[in-house]
Amino acid sequence: MELYRSHILVCGGTGCVSSDSLKIEERFKELIEKNDLKDEAKVVKTGCFGLCEAGPIVIVYPEGAFYSQLKVEDVDTIVAEHLVKGRIVTDLLYKESYQEGEMQSINDVGFYKKQERVALRNCGVINPEVIEEYIAYDGYEALGRVLSEMKPEEVIQIVKDSGLRGRGGGGFPTGLKWEFTAKAEGDQKYIACNADEGDPGAFMDRSVLEGDPHVVIESMAIAGYAVGANKGYVYVRAEYPIAVNRLQIAIDQAKEMGLLGENIFGTDFSFDMEIRLGAGAFVCGEETALIKSIEGKRGMPVPRPPFPAVKGLFDKPTLLNNVETYANIPQIILRGAEWFASIGTEKSKGTKVFALAGKINNTGLLEIPMGTTLREAIYDVGGGIPGGKEFKAVQTGGPSGGCIPAAHIDTPIDYDNLIELGSMMGSGGMIVLDEDNCMVDIARFFLDFTVDESCGKCTPCRDGTKRMLEMLDKIAEGKGTPADLAKLETLAKTIKNASLCGLGQTAPNPVLSTLDFFMDEYEAHVHDKRCPAGVCKALLNYIVIEDKCKKCGICAAKCPVDCISGTKGKTVYHIDTDKCIKCNACLEACPFDAIKKG
Amino acid sequence: MEELVSKALTEENFQQLDRQIEKVQGSKGPLMQVLTQAQKIFGCVPYEVQKHVSERLKVPMSDIYGVVTFYSQFSLIPKGKYVISVCMGTACYVKSAQPILDKISEIIDTKSGETSADGNFTLEATRCIGACGLAPIITVNEDVYGKLEVTDVPGIMEKYKD
Ligand SMILES: Cc1cc2nc3c(=O)[nH]c(=O)nc-3n(C[C@H](O)[C@H](O)[C@H](O)COP(=O)(O)O)c2cc1C
Ligand code: SF4
Ligand code: SF4
Ligand code: SF4
Ligand code: FES
Ligand code: FES
Repeated sequence: MELYRSHILVCGGTGCVSSDSLKIEERFKELIEKNDLKDEAKVVKTGCFGLCEAGPIVIVYPEGAFYSQLKVEDVDTIVAEHLVKGRIVTDLLYKESYQEGEMQSINDVGFYKKQERVALRNCGVINPEVIEEYIAYDGYEALGRVLSEMKPEEVIQIVKDSGLRGRGGGGFPTGLKWEFTAKAEGDQKYIACNADEGDPGAFMDRSVLEGDPHVVIESMAIAGYAVGANKGYVYVRAEYPIAVNRLQIAIDQAKEMGLLGENIFGTDFSFDMEIRLGAGAFVCGEETALIKSIEGKRGMPVPRPPFPAVKGLFDKPTLLNNVETYANIPQIILRGAEWFASIGTEKSKGTKVFALAGKINNTGLLEIPMGTTLREAIYDVGGGIPGGKEFKAVQTGGPSGGCIPAAHIDTPIDYDNLIELGSMMGSGGMIVLDEDNCMVDIARFFLDFTVDESCGKCTPCRDGTKRMLEMLDKIAEGKGTPADLAKLETLAKTIKNASLCGLGQTAPNPVLSTLDFFMDEYEAHVHDKRCPAGVCKALLNYIVIEDKCKKCGICAAKCPVDCISGTKGKTVYHIDTDKCIKCNACLEACPFDAIKKG
Repeated sequence: MEELVSKALTEENFQQLDRQIEKVQGSKGPLMQVLTQAQKIFGCVPYEVQKHVSERLKVPMSDIYGVVTFYSQFSLIPKGKYVISVCMGTACYVKSAQPILDKISEIIDTKSGETSADGNFTLEATRCIGACGLAPIITVNEDVYGKLEVTDVPGIMEKYKD
């Protein structure tokens, strides 16, 4: 690898692929060939760099030039200037990395400065489709060390000592889970990896699988050795074709090199694994439902105990962990439990990957030490809210979590703090909301999701969430009564207590936390029949701003129900709100931004 | 619709499915894998296909029907020529994906989750496709359109007129 003068890293994560990064890669290869640079410059397709907002991204080393928002045509310029003449194309650099005429190292840019990459360490660094690159970055060294120098109990002890907790949502201590599975009786045991990633605004696990699939393979083999299992299953959502494809390539390569299969590293340990695809059911992320689904059945949760560690896949003891949980293991083995435990807070060790999105400047993936405050994540790493808008809340934990208001933005992020605030860590979705988002509408959005995804097995969840959604619909339509607010809360608490699985038990959280922190917005809908954020359609009024109206009449011509009156060139136009069907056509049509909704 | 279903049920497709069944027959709990392949090959998993799978895998029809209807990836009828997926994941939703969905629905006169009468369009609300940096985002078959505004919609739909 060292032989090349330049390395061109092209992001091959889903975000950048969606904006043509594969064509950019192609074009680089084409032009490098044409310019006879084949022996000097090498193109590497990597996983996500994290700063998806600025995609498609290309980094050229050794200079570390961070090119962002590239178009395929820009490649011609970069090759002609940067690769041929050695002149960095400053116009195409990521804005923040080029200041006062000087290029900064990427690590000094706001987005990366506070990050600490453990689970994502290889994402955006290596080519995930080439096993040699993973190996060059210490890949499979942890597995080698475990198999040749350690007893299974010692491996479990290190994981326990590290303090690692499950990254799939629950935060259960990983080492303990490994110990339970190791101690369970059974001639056959299984390792399973949860890559279902159901939170509808999160893509951490997908990025690990796309950017560094071997880390999951290596880790599952280590887990297999520790608990006494020789077979692993990775359950991936079918909606993740790139991840599935790269993981399959990685498994095939590992098999070919003898890192999976019989007698790994010449020891008597054997381990094999395969991928199983989900088919679009959120509840299958729940562990007992996931197991049913791998077995080829309807993914309906079953009561625990027995826990999967005792009776899991095909009724055998099964260790199930999340992708990101696994992604931490090889580094813990190589760098030691103490190193890992030195990062984070007292009860939450290590780092956590978040998918930061919504009303935020730097949409993307970030990995930060536990204990980083929400403010640091949102403002320092995330770059704050676009358009000078005001921060309203941050939603964590997806459909199981809650909304945390500005008053608590200095809370250090860890499992326990978030639960205390009525939210949860969840798998790592972090959605920023600004003044234009209506909290009643957000609560409705998540409830609509759970109603859709409830498997229907138990009544509180199946019917209860439907009733809650109806009440929220009523409130959003301006037909809610104060009694509804009280009923909503009572019902929410009943569902939490009476549901069989985590889906039902956590489904009311988005409603409870918004009731808790944003009662004033609910009350505005109920008492004043007003949506302060201007989102709930039934409560919206379209109004002509009189001093902006240029009397052109364009709006009136567009209105499908003829409810805008006025005389062209003479009078300011006026909307009859009673007749208006809120189609938004006038607002879109007005060339002078003279129509507002509120 | 029935016409579209029967069009997909070709001898060749069944043979292709049989090859896939052979591949996974030895593995444990192969039903989901076979149905995933069937959905890919036929574009849907109607009664005839379920029956075929039932016979080959020796799994009762009731189990197969149960699985097909449980998971949203399996459909009983074929999808339209253009499948329009509007991401309604959280990141897209908070950036006004709903008005975009409404606008598309209006233009193609088809409700979310349904296929247009002429079989040209299927409109779906999907969840995070992992490109939140481009929110709000829609896909039309393989084409991706990100950072959308409602006003971009008519122009995009224009491209899929025929
Ligand atoms: C409704 C529901 C959905 C879940 N979805 C996921 C998921 O998408 N990914 C995941 O890793 N864990 C998910 N979990 C948590 C799993 O049940 C399980 O706790 C986790 O995969 C264990 O791995 P960990 O200990 O490494 O976190 C979900 C739980 C519930 C109740
Ligand atoms: S709580 Fe909901 S998802 Fe869980 S088993 Fe009951 S009905 Fe199914
Ligand atoms: S389109 Fe705008 S400026 Fe023209 S009449 Fe209507 S409100 Fe006034
Ligand atoms: S929103 Fe639609 S119905 Fe209402 S005034 Fe404007 S164009 Fe007319
Ligand atoms: S997908 Fe390219 S930076 Fe995230
Ligand atoms: S929520 Fe739409 S791409 Fe993530």
